[in-house]
This record gives sequence, C-alpha cells and structure tokens, in this order.
Amino acid sequence: MQQLATDRQREFAAALLDATLATPPGLIGPDGELSSKRFSVYRNNVVLGLIEALRANFPATCRIVGDEFFRAMARAYAVSEPPTSPMLFDYGAGFADFVAVFDPAVSLSYLPDVIRIERAWVEAYHARDAVALEPVALAAIPNDRVAELRFSLHPSLRVVRSLFPAVTIWRMNITDGVPRSVDVDSDGEDAVVVRPGAEVEVRLIPPGGAEFITALASGQSLTEATRRAMTEFALFDLSTNLAMLVQAGAFIGYGFAQGESYGKTEAR
Amino acid sequence: MNFAVGYPVNHGALSFPSELNGQDKEDMTLALESVALDTRLQAILSRAGVGLKAEHYRTIVATRPDIGFFEVHAENYMGAGGPPHRYLTEIRNHYPLSLHGVGLSIGAARPLDRDHLRRLKQLIERYQPGLFSEHLAWSTHDTRFFDDLLPVPYTSETLALVTDHIDEVQDTLGRQMLLENPSTYLAFAESTYSEIDFIVETVRRTGCGLLLDVNNVYVSSTNQRWDPIRYLDEYPLAHVQEIHLAGYTREADEAGRPLLIDTHDRPVDEHVWSLFEHAIGRVGPKPTLIEWDTKVPTWPELKAEADRAEATMVAVGKRERHRAAIGY
Amino acid sequence: MSNETLSILVAGAFAATLGSLLATTTTNSAIAQGTEASRLEKCYGVALKGQNDCYAGAGTTCAGTSTVDYEGNSYKLVPKGTCTTMVTPKGHGSLTPKNS
Repeated sequence: MQQLATDRQREFAAALLDATLATPPGLIGPDGELSSKRFSVYRNNVVLGLIEALRANFPATCRIVGDEFFRAMARAYAVSEPPTSPMLFDYGAGFADFVAVFDPAVSLSYLPDVIRIERAWVEAYHARDAVALEPVALAAIPNDRVAELRFSLHPSLRVVRSLFPAVTIWRMNITDGVPRSVDVDSDGEDAVVVRPGAEVEVRLIPPGGAEFITALASGQSLTEATRRAMTEFALFDLSTNLAMLVQAGAFIGYGFAQGESYGKTEAR
Repeated sequence: MNFAVGYPVNHGALSFPSELNGQDKEDMTLALESVALDTRLQAILSRAGVGLKAEHYRTIVATRPDIGFFEVHAENYMGAGGPPHRYLTEIRNHYPLSLHGVGLSIGAARPLDRDHLRRLKQLIERYQPGLFSEHLAWSTHDTRFFDDLLPVPYTSETLALVTDHIDEVQDTLGRQMLLENPSTYLAFAESTYSEIDFIVETVRRTGCGLLLDVNNVYVSSTNQRWDPIRYLDEYPLAHVQEIHLAGYTREADEAGRPLLIDTHDRPVDEHVWSLFEHAIGRVGPKPTLIEWDTKVPTWPELKAEADRAEATMVAVGKRERHRAAIGY
Repeated sequence: MSNETLSILVAGAFAATLGSLLATTTTNSAIAQGTEASRLEKCYGVALKGQNDCYAGAGTTCAGTSTVDYEGNSYKLVPKGTCTTMVTPKGHGSLTPKNS
C-alpha cells in the first residue's frame, strides 16, 4: 500500500512532537520490523534541538530557574509553539507570553520581563546595521528649531518596560553577574536595548524615559515627546534622558517636519 | 532537464592570491568597512576546510590560519545585520566560502518556501560562495519547522518532488547545487529505490552535483546494515564536488543492533577516515570539510582534524601516482 | 504647561545636554586605546556581553543528539536556580502583588 508523501509526512510530523502518539507504521529497522527506538532518535533531535536553541537565546532565564526547570519549560514551549522558520536564532518571540501563563513559573512574576530583555537583546544583535549620530552632529541644529526636532531611531533599538526590577535581575544573571538578594517588590525598571556598533548595550531608562522613547519612535517631535513623558512622570528630566540616548547610540538621523525623511549623518 | 552545463563551475584551478597570509593583520577596522568582496577567492580548491563556528571567530580574524575554506550554515546568516555578518564578511575577504543550507526542506511534500529561497539568493549574491549545498531530507510541515534532517521514502513520488524542488532551487539561484546524502536511522517499508539509485536518478534528472558525506555513509550503512565500501563503489562519484567528515555517537536499538547517530560532536572516527581514503582514492582530492557543530573544540583541535584530512589527500595522491607509474 | 514654555524648556535642556556630551566625547576618545582583543570587539562585537560566553545566539546545526529526551512532568518541577535569592518582604520569590 502506497501512501501519499503528504500523509506520510503529516503522521511523521505529528508523532515527532507528541510522544503519546504511536510510531507511524512502516518505519523499520534492517530486519524489516517497526522500530520505535529508531524513530525516537528523530523525536529527540527535534525537541532537544529546540530546547538548546532556547537555552542559547535565554541564558539568564536559564540561570534564574535552574537547568532542569528551564529544560522542562522550554520543552513545553517547543512542543506547543514550534518554530515556523528555519532561522532558529529568531526562535522564542512568544516565549515570554508563554512563561507568563506557565503554571509552574507563575510565582516568578518578574520572569517574563527578564525573558523580554533577553529577547530584545537577540533582536538587537541581529538587527540591521546603522551608524549612530555622534553628539557633534547635533551641534549643527539651530537653537530655534530644537523644539520641532524629530529623530529616527536605530533599527536595533527596543524598549522593555517592567513593573519589577527586571534589569537588575537580568544583569546579575548574565555572564560575570553576581546573584544577590533583591527585593522583587522594589520599583519597576525599564530598559533600552540598542546595538549602535558591534555590541548590544542594555541600559536602564530614567523615569518617564520609556514613554519619551516610544513617542520619539512614533515620529513625534522632541516637544511632543517631552510632554508625553511629563504626563507619565511630572519630574521627567529631558537632559538626562537625551544624554543617555545619544550616548547609547539610539539615534541615526534627525529632521524637523512630520514625515520628513530624516537626514543621516556622514560616516563617523 | 540538465542544467549542469549552464552554471558556473563550482571549483576550478584558480590559485590563492599571494596575500592570503601575512599582510594586513593589523588592519581590521579598514577590512570591516571594505564591503566589496575579493571574488578571486571564490573558487574552493581541493583542500580541507572547517565549519565556521562563532566560538572561533576572533581566533580566525586575529591569526588568519592557513586553511582551505570555511563553510557556514546559511540560516545562521539570514539576520539583517550584526556581528555574524561582520565576522563573515571579514573572513570571506580572506578565504573561500562554502554555503551549506539546513532548512530548505527539499524533500518536503509541499512547495518550497519562496521567502527562504529568496534569502538564500541574497546570501549567495552577498558572499559569493564557491559551493552551495543542501540535504536530501525534509524539515518543514504545514507552518512548522523541525530542526532536524528528516528522512524520505525512496519512491517515484518522492523522486518527482525532490527533482522538482532541485530544479526550482537551481533555476532561482542560477547555479548548480550540491545534494548531500543523508544519515538515516530507519527505513521506509514503501521504498522502491535503493538510496544510491535514488541519488543517481536525481542527479540525472536535475544536473545537480553531490556532496558526499562520508560519515553519513558510515552511519547509514551501519544502521541499515549496508556495506559502506560497496556504497562508495556504487555511488556516482563523478558528480562529487565536496566531501564532509564528522564524528558520530554509538547507540543501540531495541534489538541491541548498533544505532549510530550523526552528532558532529567529536573527532572523525577511524572507520570514517578509512572510508575517506577509499573515496578519494577513487575520485581524487576534493574540498573536504570537518563538521563539528556541538561541543565545539578549541581551534587547534579542529584545525588538526582539517590538517589530517589534507595530509590524507596528499598521501593518497602520491600513492595513486606511484601506482600509475608502476602500472599497478 | 504652555507650548511656549515647554519649547523653551526643551531648547534649554537640549543645549545643556549637547554641552555636556561634547565635553565628555573629547575625553572618551582621548582614552580610547586598547588591546588586540578590545579592538576586535570594537570592530566585530562579541556575543558575550550579557549573553553566554562564545554564543552568538542560537545557531542551526545539522547535527543530531544522542541524548534522550525524557519527557519530564514539568508541573512537578520547581525553579531551583538563582530565583531563590530574589526575595520580597514576604519571602522567596514573588507572590505577584503586581499586574504585569
């Protein structure tokens, strides 16, 4: 009996991710008999490969929960949301949301935000390259036009907002990080993640800054973005936030009118 | 359809430019900004190369070791930018490159992913690899990607879809691709072709070249109880343009029979070195790659494997010339 | 705050930021020297900063594994990593008093 290749691959694929399904018929060893052990090699390759991909992309998360727990959690995610693309460096976009409702992990309420920081790190790492604005380029801007200034942001830039001290927790769980006691109920931390050159930088955003960056990213002027930031945090410090963003390499160009194509600076 | 004639020949007789080693080691900043590739380094000679791993990026850039070529997995360089491209550009500027796809899913019973094919085309245009290869396997179903090289039954139906897909790949990329023989852990009861006949027929219909993975020959032969020497002797060796060598892990199936797994996590096994000698005794030296993808060793350990492959090719070449001279 | 007041505030803060940035930039470039390793990092980047040593994010291999995937019951597992050092006034871990 000849099965269509489509049907054959459908049943093979289903049994790869669901270990409760029987080995599909006709998958045989050298003596012509069905061999579940041989089929399980493929099962292991697929599931363990995905767990390793997640472990590579979320090392701090793995350190926080421990290897055994991470593997079990990654396995549950891999089986429920296998990748849709062969580019495995991009696997795990939905991991934070999955973990947020993953029962055994719900007591670690800060964990999804740590995962979001790690995810932003990976996205920034692989994002399009662009040359960041040097401070000297900003010196050319006439003072009477500063209020209507608009920036184009670096393509690698990501903002992660957290009600927990997620940046502190992330930082003490990366390579060379030293885990110590931290009050999970202390103030929330927001992070800006950007890779202006070769290295990904994760920086803490001062209060109101996340709202400010989000407004700038949506094309609002410096004045409009400042107003929005002050709505969230009345004591918003524009100077500190702006200096941090320029130093982080967050800007790659600027313009004035809405929708104007922003001038890029010359190479550094 | 046979495309072999129309495509650029993958490996030729160009020699390395004299500045391959030595000069400009200090000049990394400049090298990074020189976007244009030195296309003289496109052709891959019959030397040994290694799979390029992130762990070795800095050593390679800093010391520029003498090695025939590097091979990368195409999918790892499909991001928009960042360090992977910086390193690959710099390394590509000084070495020939082979591009090895692991996600095209040529054996899938569904149309090829056009977006993926387009990304491959862009990568080939950007890095000008001397060789491009993919697997006789499938890894996608519906919307899912399985990160493994899954086996196909050797039937006329599979043959038709594999040849259609290879035709489409070669048409789209405008060049010949090499097809790699798989390592398999089981067989399909419905297969009507032998693996060799299936590969012979695929080459005949598509004009694709072959990547002979000698470790896969040994792994599959052990698992399927074939004679690996006979496999090599029946293999269409005239179409082989590259060879892969790697390490495997020995397990057993439920009946206690050996079950070898293609783990790429250790040195090449002595049985595989013997088969390699046998193969190049038949086809002559070929670009030969050491694949070591997990538990990646230090650079010197990896380089030593490549050196052994190169030394083997030289020794076998001498032996064959000697045999020819004495009419043996 | 009126638009005009805000604009003046923005222009003032911008000028102040620029002044301090230009001052520090000069200092930074004056001390920007480095070893071979740090020059390499500057040009090409390391995966390491904030990530696993020597890992540029998940790759794609064509290798198999000999490890068996024991499908553990993840619901019986408890996190055992550094999370135990993260405390709240109420004890280890967080009992989710906040909505994230």
